[in-house]
Amino acid sequence: MTILFRLGTAREAFDVSMTRVRGGTGGASPPTGKAPAPPEGGRPRPGHLRRLRADRVLLLVAAPGLAYFLFFHYGALFGNVLAFQDYVPFLGVPGSEWVGLAHFERMASDPLFWNAVKNTLLIAALQLVFFFPAPLALALLLDSVVGDTLRRFVQSVVYLPHFLSWVIVVALFQQVLGGAGVVNGWLSDLGVGGVSIIGNADAYGPLVVAQLVWKECGWATIIFLAALSQVDEQQYEAAALDGAGWWRRVWHVTLPAIRPVIVLLLVLRLGEFLSIGFEQFFLQRQSVGPEAGEVLETFVYFTGFANGDFGYAAAVGLFKGAVGVALVYAANKVAHRLGEQGVYKA
Amino acid sequence: MSRTTAPAWMGRPTPAVRVAKAVALTVVVALVVFPLWTVLATSLASPQNVIADGGWVLWPDEFSFDSYAEILQGGIISRALLVSAGVTVVGTALSLFCTIGLAYTLSRPAVYGGKPLLLLVLFTFLFPPGMVPLFLVVRGAGLFDSYAALVLPFLVNVFNLVVMRGFFQSIPAELIDAARIDGAGELGILRLVVLPLSKAVIAVVGLFYAVAYWNRFFEAIIYFNDQAKWPIGTVLRQYVTGGASLAESSGELAATSPQSVQMAVVMLATLPIVCVYPFLQRYFVKGVVTGALKA
Repeated sequence: MTILFRLGTAREAFDVSMTRVRGGTGGASPPTGKAPAPPEGGRPRPGHLRRLRADRVLLLVAAPGLAYFLFFHYGALFGNVLAFQDYVPFLGVPGSEWVGLAHFERMASDPLFWNAVKNTLLIAALQLVFFFPAPLALALLLDSVVGDTLRRFVQSVVYLPHFLSWVIVVALFQQVLGGAGVVNGWLSDLGVGGVSIIGNADAYGPLVVAQLVWKECGWATIIFLAALSQVDEQQYEAAALDGAGWWRRVWHVTLPAIRPVIVLLLVLRLGEFLSIGFEQFFLQRQSVGPEAGEVLETFVYFTGFANGDFGYAAAVGLFKGAVGVALVYAANKVAHRLGEQGVYKA
Repeated sequence: MSRTTAPAWMGRPTPAVRVAKAVALTVVVALVVFPLWTVLATSLASPQNVIADGGWVLWPDEFSFDSYAEILQGGIISRALLVSAGVTVVGTALSLFCTIGLAYTLSRPAVYGGKPLLLLVLFTFLFPPGMVPLFLVVRGAGLFDSYAALVLPFLVNVFNLVVMRGFFQSIPAELIDAARIDGAGELGILRLVVLPLSKAVIAVVGLFYAVAYWNRFFEAIIYFNDQAKWPIGTVLRQYVTGGASLAESSGELAATSPQSVQMAVVMLATLPIVCVYPFLQRYFVKGVVTGALKA
């Protein structure tokens, strides 16, 4: 998903963690209780039934959406019991044998699993170093363009790839970088023939990050551009009066002003460190082979759906989900701490 | 966001800086446009042209629509395009219906159970359902080989919901109070006040949903046994990024070259997005930033 996605929900997730922190000292207290809210103005609150009746139209309007979440998300959440079963499809969850933590033990000693972990961490690190700063640089460039029409035009162009599917993006990259592709054609015209980028295990990490930059970099500038437009003009003016050139204004005014956004996005990116995407890797795993191309999500797919090892695949998926929640939670904590220092106001 | 002239303090950039900026912008735009352009050019080139240029074309000698004609004469690709179009239209409508309803309720202050319901929804973002458990749910619901399997598991997107809720919350409470005094019920307020004011966000969220439905391909692989039901994305994967590579071009002179046909498929999968994009583009910043930042 996009960085925007993370920002939008980040604040909500952040609030969730805040209410949890404030909510109670006990470990298992629910995120928000109906109990603690004191009635406003000293008047007793109307009874539950009354309030339910009063809001029945609104709740009815929300019902289809809620039903979706209950069925497909919470229903699937229960499906995770598979991770503790030796699941056999035609016996179903009730009929299959319980195996406790056996799948998790197998995971610990499975070299294929650790290979997937290694590839995932490698690509996530590459994404962090090369994808994360790219939209910021592009946003600074776009923001420095004075002409409105020109800036809008460039924005329209760079946003577009975000809306193309990974299938199309991978096809485009094959056309440009593949064996019979454009770049190879040029190289052989120059006498430097046959540099294989597609299907080359060594080039896989840089390739997938380049694809991500091509697809999402422009779109990810939206949030930085919004932040840049909020920067106080008077500070620029003051800096310029003090004799600061363009670079110094960027360094001493622009970057400090948008630091909260940068820190927030960075923290969120760290929180989703293992979530590097599925479709992009699913489409290209075959061309480089699992040794370099397998990441955690494709590992889940190929163990579960190709090999029929559903229980084990569910265990790996659950592991990834749990680590993801822990990372997001830790990242929220960090954001909170930074917030107290005035970087991010809670 | 909109300034057409530089403020006085900014000073004129030096020629070197201006050239550097122009070069940087040109490179960025070219990097985005170039791959799309060669795909379009290759799809429109004659087979001889494609072979002569070594598998890709920068400018066709003469424009030929043979590749498009070949894949649009009623084969699997025509069918896949229809499937994708149908799934996109129906799915987007259903998604908007559910998202608007839920977002509206969650945007109203002090709805009974509003807070826990919001947390219930947001939690699913924190802990998305795994691939295998979701598969079980979809199978349990009997959605195998049904187009509903491409729609129902993705009916409401948390991000879109949050964007929409944020937008609804930014509507002044006075307007809603005024409508209530005039005798409008909750549904009346939604229909007469909230929706007309929310065209921008509905357009943007609708586009997000439509693009997601149009681009969906993986679900058809795991949920469909019947390949005739595949949407365009899945077919595209099969023909372009799956087995058949772009590498070898046969020497024989057919009416169409494999490269042109493949690139024509890519173009057909891309075209609808490129077509609606300019009309909705102006809403992006307004719809997304106001929604996401306020949420």
